[in-house]
Amino acid sequence: MSKPHAIVIGAGFTGTAIAHDLALRGFDVTVVERGPIANGTSGRTHGLLHSGGRYAVKDQESAIECIEENIILRKIVPDVIEPNGGLFIAVTEDDLAYKETFIQGCEACGIPVDEITPQEALRLEPNLNPKLLAALIVPDGTFDPLRLALSFAASAKKNGAVFHLFTDVVDMLLDGSGNVTGVKVWDRTNGERYDIHSDIVVNATGAWVGQITKMAHAHVPIKPTPGIMVAYDRRLVNRAINRLNRPSDGDIVLPQRRLAVVGTTSFSIDDVDYVPIDRQQVELMLQRGAELIPAIRQARERGVYMATRPLIGASGPGRSISRTFKAYDHKDLDNVDGLVTITGGKATTCRAMAEKTVDIVCQKLGLNIPCTTAEVPLTSYRAFYA
Amino acid sequence: MWKITYRVHRQKGHEAPHYDTFQVEVDPEEYVLDGVEKIWAFEDRSLTFRHACHHSTCGACGMRVNGVEKLTCITKIKDVTQDGGTLTVEPLRNFPIVSDLVVDLGPLYRKMEAVQAPKVHPLSMAPWEGEDIRPPKEVPAPPEGGEYIRLPDCLECGICISACPVAASDPDYLGPAPLAAIQIQGLDGHPELLALADSQEGVWRCHSAFECSAVCPSNVDPGWRIMDLRKQVATQRLKTIIG
Repeated sequence: MSKPHAIVIGAGFTGTAIAHDLALRGFDVTVVERGPIANGTSGRTHGLLHSGGRYAVKDQESAIECIEENIILRKIVPDVIEPNGGLFIAVTEDDLAYKETFIQGCEACGIPVDEITPQEALRLEPNLNPKLLAALIVPDGTFDPLRLALSFAASAKKNGAVFHLFTDVVDMLLDGSGNVTGVKVWDRTNGERYDIHSDIVVNATGAWVGQITKMAHAHVPIKPTPGIMVAYDRRLVNRAINRLNRPSDGDIVLPQRRLAVVGTTSFSIDDVDYVPIDRQQVELMLQRGAELIPAIRQARERGVYMATRPLIGASGPGRSISRTFKAYDHKDLDNVDGLVTITGGKATTCRAMAEKTVDIVCQKLGLNIPCTTAEVPLTSYRAFYA
Repeated sequence: MWKITYRVHRQKGHEAPHYDTFQVEVDPEEYVLDGVEKIWAFEDRSLTFRHACHHSTCGACGMRVNGVEKLTCITKIKDVTQDGGTLTVEPLRNFPIVSDLVVDLGPLYRKMEAVQAPKVHPLSMAPWEGEDIRPPKEVPAPPEGGEYIRLPDCLECGICISACPVAASDPDYLGPAPLAAIQIQGLDGHPELLALADSQEGVWRCHSAFECSAVCPSNVDPGWRIMDLRKQVATQRLKTIIG
């Protein structure tokens, strides 16, 4: 039997990780992406390699996924990670009251957590708010968003995957029964339009999954939920600094190269393709970020951007929705065969998202090939262009 | 809100290049890249451009704005034009054009790989917060032992190559970012890089125009580093002579 052919739509974290997994399992892989690598939510992620601490109290399924994948990514793609750990700090009595709940949550999820004195925390990170009341160390990290996706893409390419960038999927190819047999594309680098046939199509377009499922007369419950990030021009910390409290606005400050990045917010939108900057939220990030790192007020704004999370579920405010992921076989959901959609999740869990999705693909095609992506180191991101 | 005109370089396949103009309503506090994305979202879906992180950590969105190389995600519109003004947006020079504003950075990535440019490095190799390009005297260390690790300052964005007058005439010239990457590693600890640095396409090809340092969005100061690397090469040569 010839190799099965899979089309992956989307080259963000999930799409590139799926392409890598499929290629390792012996598929012929074609990736179709309307922009460059990681131009949507993935590129615009905060860059926090989650320890899971943020979700350890209210969303333990996500927290466990995060700590497991955090350990794997440090191993398979160390080239794109600042592995320096993170701190959860309390600056108010309300924060302090959350401490025991937080520690219990971390312990329940298997997230290593160590308490250090405020004095010790200030010695480690001199730019912390000197009024801090408590500090906990967790194994957070930060990563370069583009290079994480590029590393998966380069690895997929090394194993034969073909990438069509700046190429829009304009429609689905359907058979007489409405099942998906491929995609119609528009290559915007040269204006050509053509069809690509496949055994399976994987929709890995994150916050945009609805635009693709619509073409196949299928659906997924998705709630695009943007948040703002503001980058400042000084590297003020070496660890990820989190507010020790329930997830809220502007409660994470990350180091990245010579920057400090504060995020984020959570609100709803209609148009996913362009999310304008809300200057009030920029001001909010400065206020909230300065509660953790007062020196942010002495730094200059270097960049502002909006990232749209693809949260699962049709109702409820964004903060209450789980950060876990879900892969859908549209045969079960809409009686449309040949199409699998993956969405939700976090950058940190992209490898696991790919594993789950490709498991479903293999199952659908009657193949029994194990996943090996947790053990295989990724290729240099630079190899994608080589 | 301001009304400004974007004049955008367009090129598809083997067509001859031309410029399209778009009237765009923008908040002057927005960045040049936001305007380009707005044109794609609301005016012309055939437009192609590179971008990812939107905050100067990935280096994807380098373009020429009014003739000067800029990382467009951190270039505020109000800093490069005025209400009613025009912004000319063009792809980087000295790279093959893929389409519109997209260039192929492959040649740079291959050179960065050839010089083993560090993808992450200890904090002690670069400043951790200041403006200077020299490593800090006192580097904090994690209590767990080892060193803090950070992503380098160089974004591999290609902006220095685009601005370099030598790269314009000699595609084989290693160029500012790769030579800066050799300097950061140091020839003392990396004798295998000496031949690359001390070659016709290495440090001696540079004409000291310092355009690279003028446009670098990440304070790498490749021009200074190339001069320093010349000294390192001279030291290594001297060592060979003395034995």
